[in-house]
Order: sequence, then C-alpha cells, then structure tokens
Amino acid sequence: MPKDTSIRKVLVIGSGPIVIGQAAEFDYAGAQACRVLKQEGINVVLVNSNPATIMTDQHLADEIYLEPLNAESVRRIIEKERPDGLLAGLGGQTALTLAMQLSREGILERYHVRLLGSPMDAIEKAEDREKFRETMLSIGQPCVPSGIAETLEDALEAARSIGYPVIVRPAYTLGGSGGGIAADEEEMRQIARSGLDASPITQILVEKCIAGWKEIEFETMRDALGNVIAVCSMENVDPVGIHTGDSVVVAPALTLSDKEYQMLRTASLDIISAIGIVGGCNCQFALNPDSFEYAVIEVNPRVSRSSALASKATGYPIAKITTRIALGYTLDEIPNDITGKTCACFEPALDYVVVKFPKWPFDKFYGSSRRLGTQMKATGEVMAIGQRFEEALMKAVRGAEISLDTLNAPPLFDEELRTRLARQDDRRLFTVFEALKNGMSVEEVFEITRIDRFFLFRLKGMADFENRVAESGLGPGDYQRMKQLGYPDAAIRRITGTDSLPGFEFSYKMVDTCGAEFAAETPYFYSCTDQVCESRMLKRSGRPVVIVLGSGPIRIGQGIEFDYSSVHCVWTLRQIGYDVVIINNNPETVSTDYDTADRLYFEPLTPEDVWNIIRVEKPIGVVVAFGGQTAIKLTRFLSEKGIRILGTSAESIDIAEDRERFDTLLERFGIRRPRGMAVRTLDEAVAAAEELGYPVLLRPSYVIGGQNMTISRSREKTVDYMERILAGGIENPVLVDQYLPGIELEVDVISDGKDVLIPGIMEHIERAGVHSGDSIAVYPPFNLTEKYQEKICDISARLALALGTQGLVNIQYLIFDNELYVIEVNPRASRTIPYISKVTGVPMVDLASRVMLGEPLKEMGYGTGLYPAPPYCAIKVPVFSFEKLNDADSILGPEMKSTGEVLGIGITKAEALFKGLSAAGFSLPTIRDRSHTGVLLSVEDEDFPDAIIVAKRCYDLGIHLYATKDTARAISSVGIHVNPVADPSSSDDITKLMEGGFVNYIIYTGAVKDDTVGDYTVLHRRAMFLGIPCMTSLDTANALMDILGSRFSPENTELVDINRMRRG
Amino acid sequence: MAYLVLSNGAVFQGQRIGACVDRVGELVFTTGMEGYLETLTDPSYYGQIVTQSFPLIGNYGLIEEDFEGASALFGYIVRELCETPSNFRSSAPLNTFLREKGIPGLCGVDTREIVRITREEGVMNAMICDEVPEDLSVLASFRVKDAVASVTSREIRTYPAEGAEKYRVALLDYGAKRNILRSLRFRGCSVTVFPAETPAETILAMDPDGIMLSNGPGDPKENTVSIAELRKLLGRKPAFGICLGHQLAALALGGDTVKLKYGHRGGNQPVRDLATGRTYITSQNHGYAVVSESLRGVGEIAFLNANDGSNEGMSYPDLNCFTVQFHPEAASGPRDTAFLFDRFLERMGGLTHA
Repeated sequence: MPKDTSIRKVLVIGSGPIVIGQAAEFDYAGAQACRVLKQEGINVVLVNSNPATIMTDQHLADEIYLEPLNAESVRRIIEKERPDGLLAGLGGQTALTLAMQLSREGILERYHVRLLGSPMDAIEKAEDREKFRETMLSIGQPCVPSGIAETLEDALEAARSIGYPVIVRPAYTLGGSGGGIAADEEEMRQIARSGLDASPITQILVEKCIAGWKEIEFETMRDALGNVIAVCSMENVDPVGIHTGDSVVVAPALTLSDKEYQMLRTASLDIISAIGIVGGCNCQFALNPDSFEYAVIEVNPRVSRSSALASKATGYPIAKITTRIALGYTLDEIPNDITGKTCACFEPALDYVVVKFPKWPFDKFYGSSRRLGTQMKATGEVMAIGQRFEEALMKAVRGAEISLDTLNAPPLFDEELRTRLARQDDRRLFTVFEALKNGMSVEEVFEITRIDRFFLFRLKGMADFENRVAESGLGPGDYQRMKQLGYPDAAIRRITGTDSLPGFEFSYKMVDTCGAEFAAETPYFYSCTDQVCESRMLKRSGRPVVIVLGSGPIRIGQGIEFDYSSVHCVWTLRQIGYDVVIINNNPETVSTDYDTADRLYFEPLTPEDVWNIIRVEKPIGVVVAFGGQTAIKLTRFLSEKGIRILGTSAESIDIAEDRERFDTLLERFGIRRPRGMAVRTLDEAVAAAEELGYPVLLRPSYVIGGQNMTISRSREKTVDYMERILAGGIENPVLVDQYLPGIELEVDVISDGKDVLIPGIMEHIERAGVHSGDSIAVYPPFNLTEKYQEKICDISARLALALGTQGLVNIQYLIFDNELYVIEVNPRASRTIPYISKVTGVPMVDLASRVMLGEPLKEMGYGTGLYPAPPYCAIKVPVFSFEKLNDADSILGPEMKSTGEVLGIGITKAEALFKGLSAAGFSLPTIRDRSHTGVLLSVEDEDFPDAIIVAKRCYDLGIHLYATKDTARAISSVGIHVNPVADPSSSDDITKLMEGGFVNYIIYTGAVKDDTVGDYTVLHRRAMFLGIPCMTSLDTANALMDILGSRFSPENTELVDINRMRRG
Repeated sequence: MAYLVLSNGAVFQGQRIGACVDRVGELVFTTGMEGYLETLTDPSYYGQIVTQSFPLIGNYGLIEEDFEGASALFGYIVRELCETPSNFRSSAPLNTFLREKGIPGLCGVDTREIVRITREEGVMNAMICDEVPEDLSVLASFRVKDAVASVTSREIRTYPAEGAEKYRVALLDYGAKRNILRSLRFRGCSVTVFPAETPAETILAMDPDGIMLSNGPGDPKENTVSIAELRKLLGRKPAFGICLGHQLAALALGGDTVKLKYGHRGGNQPVRDLATGRTYITSQNHGYAVVSESLRGVGEIAFLNANDGSNEGMSYPDLNCFTVQFHPEAASGPRDTAFLFDRFLERMGGLTHA
C-alpha cells in the first residue's frame, strides 16, 4: 500500500517534560517522526511543552507550539490548524493518553482528524486492563493470574483469591508509578491505596507475583496490511520484579533456545495482530526458567524507551518506520536506510552483544531508598556494544559515570554480604560480583538472586580472572584477554599492580542491522579487539575531521539540553564543511542516531575510549563545550595529550573552575562575588565557615547541577557534609561561600574573543539558594533596572573576553542589598541554551560552533551586545519526578532535583507563568472556582514576613487560609483570618484537609531543619497523589498568587507558534 | 592455536573446538542469533563449514530433543563457545557434542570478517587445520559431492500421525529436517519416509494422499535420478516442496537453478507472497536458487525474496503442486509460514478430512 495522499497536515504530540519513565527517547522518536513527515512533504504541526528538545526546533516542524499538553490546548490547536491526522504514538504515554482523551471527548471526530498509526480500538485493547485480558484470552495467550480493583476492599479480596505475594500495577500511569509488591495484607493496604491514588481512573491490577522468572521483551512492528516483524529481543539480567527501566538489559536475549525464543516471538506477533497495532509495539513476557511456561506481562502500543534502545541496538529506526507506516506504507515498501539495498520488512541480525545499564539519581537524593521494584527510578541509561557480554557490560558500567571502571564497588552499607545480595538495589550487580570474587558459588548466588546462571558464570569468569592476575600478575596473553573482557588500562594497572602495559590498538566494527550479510552504508561503530577495523577501511571524504563529545546518560542536572547542543554543533559543523564524528553512549538521544553525524561511535566517554577513537579519526580538534560535565571532564586529559580543544581553551576552562585563579580575575575587574574559600579538610571547612559567617554554601568544585551542594546553617551540618564528601575521596577542593539570599540572574553569552553577543538575560523567581535548574526562570527579566541590566551586559562582556571565550559562556549573577555579585561562570553550553535560542530566535549553538572554528561573530547577522527581546515573556518552569522517588527529600535547595522543564510563552509574565505552571502539571482553578480554593501555609520563623505577604494576597483573592500553629499566629497577628491546624507530626489534620478537598496548595518551608524533613516528605507524598502542588519557596508562592489573581484560563491564553512569533 | 584457511589465501587464527582433525569444506555463514543446535543438525549443511555470525554460541548447551537430523556439516566456526551453559533442558556443553560427532571447529575467530569476505567474494572453500599448508590446491579442488546420497535415509519407514490419521503423506527424504516430519504428524498425517532415489512406482504403490519433497544439501543438478523420478511423480498427487525439494521440482519441470553468490542462511529473510501482497519473515538455508524465468509457462511465481528478488516459491496449479525455497517448518527460525502445511492439507482434501 503506498502512501495515503489524503494526509497533508499532521499534528504531532510530543511527550512534554523529562520525568522518570519518560525521557529523551521521545525526543529522538518525535524528531525522527517530524523529519519523516517533512520528507514526505507533509505540513507538520507540533505541540510539546518541553523547550529543551530537538523536535521543537524551528526547522523540524512548520508550526511549533510550546503549549501545555492538556486536552484544551490541543483542542484549540486543532481548531486553529485543522490537521488531517494526529500522530500520537511517538510522544510516550503523555501523547497516547491525550489522544485517547481527545477521541473520547469527540474532538477528533468534530474536527475530522484521523488518528494515524494504531487505531483507538487497538490502543484501548492494550491499555485497558480488562480489554487486554479479554483479547489475550481470545487468542490463548497466558496472562498472570490477576484481578482488577477500583476500591481497597476489592483489591484486598483479589489479593486473597490470587494468593500473596501480589504485584499492584495502577492503570494508565508511566513507569509504574504507585505500584509495588505486597507480601501480606498489611502491605497490601498501603500499596493498593497508593496505586489507586496514582491511577487517573482509580483502577489497579492486582496480579500474582512471578518474581524470579526471566523477563523477556520483544520490540515488534506491524503495518496496516498485517505484516509483522520482531525487531529485537531483549532480556533483563535482573529477573521479573525489577522494572525493566531499572534492570540491566541485554540484547538480543542470550539464554533462550530457539524453541523458547520462537515461542515468545510468535506470541508477540500474534498479540500485535490480535490487538491491531499499526506501527511499533513493545511486548513484555515472564518466562519460567524451568519450563516453557510463560505469561504476557504488558504490551505498550507505541514507541517506548525500549524501542529507542532496540533501535540503537540494532540500527533499525523504529520511530521512523512507525511514522511511515502511519502514513500508509507497508513494511516491504520501506527501504532499510542502513544497507540501502534491503527493505524494512526484515528482522535485524546482530553480531555483537548490547548491554544497557540504568543511571539512577540516588547521588542527588542522599538517604532515599535505593531499593528497586516495579516502580522505575532511573532517570536515564547508557548502552554499550561489545563482541562479548563481559566487554559490553564493562563499557556500560564505566560509561554510566558512577566512578567505576570495573565491577569492583565498595559496599555502601556495612552489612553482611548475603543481606546485601538479597536486596534488589542499584548496587546488585556489584554485590553479585563481590560475592563471586569472595568465593561464593554460582549456585548460591543464583538461589538468592535468581539471576540466570549464564550471566553469573560470566561474572564468575571475570572474578576468577581478576583474582588470578591480582595474585600472580599478568601472564602471557593475559593483557590481551583483559582487553577482550573490557578492562581499561587504568583498571588493569590497579588490579595487577603492573605499571608497564604494552598498550592496545582497538578496531571498530559496524552496526549494520544484518551481521555483515549486506554491505552497509551507514557508519555506526563500536570498538572491539579484532584486527580488522571497518572504520579504518571506510573511505573518508577528505574534509577535516572534528570530534564532538556527547553528554552521556540523562541525569538530574545534565539532561536532554546537552544533547540538543551537541546535535546542533554537529549539524553546524557538517554544514560548514567538516567531517563530524560524535562519541556518545546514550541510546535515548538524537545524537546517537546513525545519521546525525558523519560517523557515530557508540562508546563510553572516558579518556581511554575517547583516545582510541582519536587514534583512528585523527581529528583537527575536539569539541567539549556541548557535552556537559561529561565532556568538560575530559578537557585536561585531551589537552595534555596535545589534542586541540576547539573553542574556549583548557586553560580558560581551568581559570573559570579554579577558585583562586577565578578570584584573581574578578579582582582585576573589580567584580564582586560572595566571599568564599577553597578547602580540602574538615578543619579548614569549619574555620572558613566561621570566618565567613553562617549560613554558607558548600560544594565541590568542578560540578554541574549542584551535585553535593548544600546550604549549611551550623557547624554540625558543615562537619556532617565534609565527612560525607571526604569519605568519597576528592580530587578537587571543596568551596565554602557566603550564602546571600538575593535575586538571581543568568546570562548565556557568545563570544569570539573580540565581540560578545548576549542573546538574553533571565531572572529567577526564587531567590538564591534554590538551584538555578530548579528555579522558575523568566525571560526577559521582570524586575531589573536599566542600570543593572547595563552592568550585567558590561561585566558579562568583560568576563567573556578576559576568559578568552571562543563560543558559549554561562554566567550567573546575584543582586543582594543593591550590590551585584557574580556567582558562577561556566565556559560551556548551559541548560538554558535551547530555551533562549527558541524564544529569541538566535541559533546560539550554531553561532558558537562557527565561532569555535574561527568565523567572526560580527559577520553572523545577529549583531553584538544585548539582543533585543521579543514582545513575549517566556518562563521556564522545572518539573520533578517525586512521584517515582516518593521518599526523597523534595525541599528545594542548592542541589538540583528537577528532571525536566516546560516553557510558558505569553505576552505578559502572568500569562506565561499561567501556561508554564499548567504545563508543569500545576492544577490551576478557574476564575469562578477561586473562592473555593484553599492554601495551607507552614513556614519557618524567619519566613513570617514573606508568608504574611502571601497570606494577604490570598485573603484579597478570597482564598481560604490554613496554617500550622506558629505560622497561623503570625498571620492572624496582622488581622488576616486563618484556620489554624495541628503540625503534621502531631496529627493527621492536614491529611484530612487535603483528602476533603479543602486545600489546593501547600506552602511549606518548615522543613529546612533536618528533623522535620520526614514529616514533610510524608505530607508531600500524600499531596502528590492527590494532585496538590507543594511549594517550598515563598517566591514561588508569590508567583502563584500573580496567576490566581489573573484572568487567564486554558481557553483564553494566546496560542504561540514559535515559528511565527511577533518580533519587536 | 589452529587455523581456518580460505581458498583466497586469507588465514584466520583461533582455538580448536570439537574434533581435532583437519577438514576441508565449503565455507558458509548463517546469521541466525539462536538455534545453533538446529543448525548443527540440519542435514542441508552437508559438506559445509558453517560460520555463526552471532558471537555467543552454546549459551543453552546441548538439548537433544532440538536436533533436526544427523549432523552432516564439515566444520564449525564461532567467535565464542560457551563452556558453562544454562538452560533447564541442557544436558552438556556444546563442545561435548562437537567432539562426539567428530566435527572440527574453531573459536576465537573474527567471524564478522569471514562473513564480510564471503559477502564480497562469494562462497569459497576453506580448511580447518593445525598448520597452514603451503599448497592450497586441496582447497581449490574440493567440491560438495554426493550430498543427498550421504544424508538420505537408507530404508522406507512409516511414522504414525499424532491423534487420528487424516492423510497419508509420502516424504521424499533428500536430507529432511525432523520438523517437516513433526509438522505433518502434528497435523494428523501419517508419514512414510522414502530414500531420495526411490522409484516413483514404489511411492505411488502406497497410494499416498500427498507427496512432500524435503530440504537437502548440495547442488540440486547433481540429483539426476531423483529429478527423473520426480518428473514421473508430479501431477499424480498433491505435492509440496521445501528448499531442495523446491529446486528439484523446478528442474524436473524443465526449469533451471543457479548458485547464489553467498546464499541465504538465517532466520530473517523477507519473502513476499505475490497472491496476497503480504511479506513474511522466513527461515532459510540455501546456496542455490531457482531461476524464475526458466519456468515461464510452466508454473507461477508464488513467492519472491523482498530483498534480492530471487525466487522463493512456485505454484504449479496444473500439477496441484506448490514449492517454497524457504523453510516453513522453521527450526530454527520464525514459524510465520507454518500455515503452508495447512495449505498442503487443504490440497489433500481439507483440514477436517478424516
């Protein structure tokens, strides 16, 4: 079937902000979809609230709406744009749920919009638990014994009849939010309740726990004619019980005989045929390791994290093909880009092994549970390709940036090995290795972990090998063997105690979808220890080569923004005539798409791995400025190796990051910064803090995302912090700074060393103390006098030039007591680049990349100095994933906690903020409901003056006020009526108010002291389930009042197409 | 240390697995990622040294019930052979089997490079040896000969249907995989297996409801006796041919076959059903193909390879015969075209016939 030519205009729904369970993979999928649609000559209308994405780039769609992803705004876009079709299968669960809602509400029908891809009926069959089970039953596919419950009583009854332990899965949620395993009735009460709360339709599935079975996934495709293929099989190293997003995964499945493999493959294809999928679909199975018994766990009728992984693991572009299928093509009509000779209706043959390793945010949430279960906690992942399982696993581990380059990890807790082994946490793999290394048998480890013996034997092989070479040194052939198993030289030196290693020349093989059966045309490489190198064999264009370093796994503080910047740098350099190589190891991203750069190396970003590629590619220079700290970290190494760093020099980067050198620079210009010192010991830290006066800000130098940053208000906290930091071992000093709670401002600057362009200044709603990544940022600034604006521009220009910037530099300022301070200078792309590029129309990465290679800024057509602001206000609102990490401390502070962001664009600040907060998931009452709105305040004594202002504004708006004892007393002392409530530690009054619908917002600053954090965490968890926003800064609360006092509603905001923004 | 020497002079170094003997054979590769047991026991690999493009082989050990026949291949090349397999059905590591069956092999070889050379230069002979010979003429002179004769059954034997017998099928064994037998018996056919060169009269004397032409090794044109007997058989009873059976039927009806540059071996080949437009993923193992044009006016092309357009199946409506190049019996590989056995049953009188 050829393309359906009646489809001329298509609305694509993106997945919104990055949250746990929904990350960069949907930018990759969405960007592919947009490109395919454009290639097909279709008018593309895109809606996505996430400004950090590549898919929302000007040229990827014709009309781009950075609008809230809710039914009303999408309805209005449909009404305005009148698309022929809706593509919702590439925007994750968010887009799929929206499409279902639009369909249910009759909006698609009313505006004659066809749902492209899988039809609504198919989506429902996969998503609705009951319909799904009926469908499976009708084709004889076994499901896990289960029951559906909509009340707690039903849930308990279902669990009783199935028999404990049971797994609870809420309906229609991402990444398994709110689910869990209940071992008995007591646990069931709690888990069932949270599951029911988490489900938007208050429905949970209670199913028999089959923990310990193998977990196998198939990524499948089906076209409208009924052709079906299984693109890739995947096997979780961790058995059923740990969410697949939190499991170490291998592709293809490694422990299945053909009989088992074909049984499950056939089941997948039968399932997608019965459901009627049109496009990509993920099928998950549990397989009893002792028989052919299996059960279907789940079917996702859309592209997913797993499909992104499968695409990168095989080279088969699932999202691209899904889009073509949605347009009416059949699989056999679509060519396979990689070979150019074969068609997309085939199943990739791998001749390597892929390992995926998750990236967890536990480093950000000190003290929160590292236990893994059915609720996903990872923010990102890395993928590695090797010819051996061991090699791929070692690449994955060292690429995950968890300070490990082998499987030897010191235990985090002083507990007996067996106890740790039994616990399913993020250290499981390393604990298993430790056990095997200490002589525990494969059988014993298997009994405790149920990890397939195949994997355990592999790990044991490595453990035994390490033990041997540690004892007797490297024998003949041992070095070669260690390289084959994936050990970097640094680790070999450490393990064997040998200093002189012969060195190793790596070769690179191609990922070609077909195991070399056909000549491939797409240069996508991984390293191996073979002699024949397919990269060296590949004919080069003769153009000079530049290597761009990517940003590794998505984590808090280093998210999709850096992939945006890396990709743009690659595109620009290609355009101006370079042969561009990218190195990255994140399977979710656009940067690791095989046609982003001229050559892709899917490799870890460590010194040895990068160096090996440099030896093959012989670049004229390497770009480190766009890959976040992952890439910046390599600057010193590369520079010492004599490799040219394109853009700002290693020397300048060091000046910005080195405390003393930076202070000298500032002094030279008479620029102030909060006083501070660099310390290396506990005593020095305590002395420094006392000299500066509390509160102080403590942080290690060379960090991004405020990792391990804290505000200390006491000597005890300083001691506690230093002990923790020093225990981990530090290379660079710890910085102790005066903490000044002033107004924060941020600029991104482009400089070529002569001229400076400042695309925009952002002002934060929250005062200093809340990490810039967690602050609401407003562009252009709303409260900045001309004098300060000039001063900021002046200082920014002087700093950029003094640092010898060749490219981007991000500078953060603070105004406190009418004094301007510089807080931080980062000589690299920052988190705000995509957002500012999109709202100002200045292609910042493009300009910065040109500058790096010597083009003068002046000639680029964007002028110099401060770029004129458009007549819009654009507000970035952070988005958090506390639903998934519900025991984490959610009080905002200098350590970044948000996983993603959304943008609100409006003519006024209030309109932009209204859109931004709605897009971030804040429920905002309509004007007529505001008199029924209630706000609960519980603040620290020092916040009383600010709290009273907020209370007054609530009062003026007719909002009901509730406050805890002391706060209530402070508020009523100025004559404002407030209902006092008991503290959360002493009663559950607040919970009752929330459940009764009396409280719509909670403003809570009372948990800065550690002893009440626990109370707040419990309160916050309940509030999240009930959809009640919690604010831990009175500045945020004040901003909310601006909105509650405004006339805006989802119906009356301006829909802003960023490709057609009013200028000037 | 041992070697794989290719007739183009390329030498690969590796470690011995299996039997410690030197052996010459035709070097081929398969891209199947699982199913090594079926590959090792598929009689169609007679005379060949098989390279596995997937690097981890032997992970689930040895499972005898998955064997497809007597092992006929001449050598086995893998990147890594698993010594510590894991599967509830596994009885031993794979190497035990290779040694017992006298199959020589190598591990630790850059198998991808072997595939690449084969893809670029075509199938060639190779030798597994402990020392690289100076004179490679032994490689040049090797031919896969008497292939079918080496693997066909020696006697006529009947296997009962599973459950009630619906049909009686005569299976011409050119090196049949067991799953052809299983697929028929499972569907209620009793199956009588005949040696490849059994005279047509003998077969017709049992008055079968249908004739099944099996897969098998080697150059189809070598089987002149079988082709002649087949000529007498076709049209007398409904017939269904697979792989070599498909090629022999074509030759019997005046068609031609050609040797492919490097064949199709694996479980991911797309085949288009010209009658419906559907494309199926199939299991394949063949080095020769039927020349579509040679059968113009004799039969209709039923299936084509969606990648290279080669002939994947014929239909001879006048003779009530249909044949396919791929393997609907799978084992190993996808089972997506198993419905062809049902089609065969329909040809014999319908699925519900008793």
